[in-house]
Amino acid sequence: MALRKEHDLHKRRFGRNLGVGLLLGSFVVLVLALTMVKVTSNGFQFPNTQSSTPSSTQSDQN
Amino acid sequence: MSDASINASTLRDEISREDEASFGDYFALLKPRVMSLVVFTAFVGLLAAPVGVHPVIGFCAVLFIAIGGGASGALNMWWDADIDQVMKRTKGRPIPAGKVEAGEALSLGLALSGLSVIMLALATNIFAGAFLAFTIFFYVVVYTMWLKRATPQNIVIGGAAGAFPPVIGWIAATGTMSVEPWLMFALTFMWTPPHFWALALFMRSDYDDAGVPMLTVTHGRRATRVHILVYTILLALLAIGTAFSGIGGPIYLAVAVVMNALFLLGAWKIFRRNEDNSEEDNFKAERSFFKLSLLYLFLHFGAILVEALLKPYGLGGW
Repeated sequence: MALRKEHDLHKRRFGRNLGVGLLLGSFVVLVLALTMVKVTSNGFQFPNTQSSTPSSTQSDQN
Repeated sequence: MSDASINASTLRDEISREDEASFGDYFALLKPRVMSLVVFTAFVGLLAAPVGVHPVIGFCAVLFIAIGGGASGALNMWWDADIDQVMKRTKGRPIPAGKVEAGEALSLGLALSGLSVIMLALATNIFAGAFLAFTIFFYVVVYTMWLKRATPQNIVIGGAAGAFPPVIGWIAATGTMSVEPWLMFALTFMWTPPHFWALALFMRSDYDDAGVPMLTVTHGRRATRVHILVYTILLALLAIGTAFSGIGGPIYLAVAVVMNALFLLGAWKIFRRNEDNSEEDNFKAERSFFKLSLLYLFLHFGAILVEALLKPYGLGGW
């Protein structure tokens, strides 16, 4: 079976999909970079999850 | 279904797909030229702030402010699709050209507005995010939906929305407000009316046809020329006064003196002319004033940037 001739429409759709793909990929990289900067900055503190609820503290003591 | 009807419907589909939007058409919804002004002024606001910002956070701040500006552009095109179709300057935009549906522009604008506000708040601080949200609201609801078609002062008020980016940039860096970002705001705010009124003078039939109450339509072209001169005088006082503030310095002062002298001269020429003079040379003075206005804003913000960049080396400022 002969392949369908490539139409300008297909090029446009490919360009659109490629653009969206690259944007999403860049966004992921950007969020990762932003997270790294925030986490490694001097003022960053991890939230204290050890003594958050009385029941968990009690069970820890037991 | 017969072969003939299948062929006819396929042909119809093919024809409608001929106009299918490309990636560039969606990008055009974000008004890239306006976005470049937003990027530049927000960047200057961020760097002029007396606080160091991590380059990644600074990049994110400018990017999300720009996306917020682009989102308001898409929402503006969605709302103004009817008048964009009438005006020569705007009828090539993606919606009137039939490339993008108005609903798509609305969806894109809303999605990018939410994304930019949340991401700016997360990357910098909640105050900056909230201010960006207010700017989008101001441009889309207050200017585009309400005042643009209601008052000849539309440009004056709409100018405020375009003037917010350096303030957001400053807040993104410092988390607080002070006088200096508002001087940058005032500079863009006062610059916008003469810039757009000069455009309205030589694109005259556009606004008439669209029924947008520009000053040229409601108060006449003579009054518009007077307004351009008055605003330019006030702008010159403000621009030169800014030289003696925390964001000014000798370089800025030199630029401001030269550019404001040229700008005042241009406004004076426009004021002295009448319609016959303008028609004769195809609005030469108005066109060159409009071109000069672009350079004017770029050089003022460029000078503020240079002063800020020189400060760490003991130069820049007074």
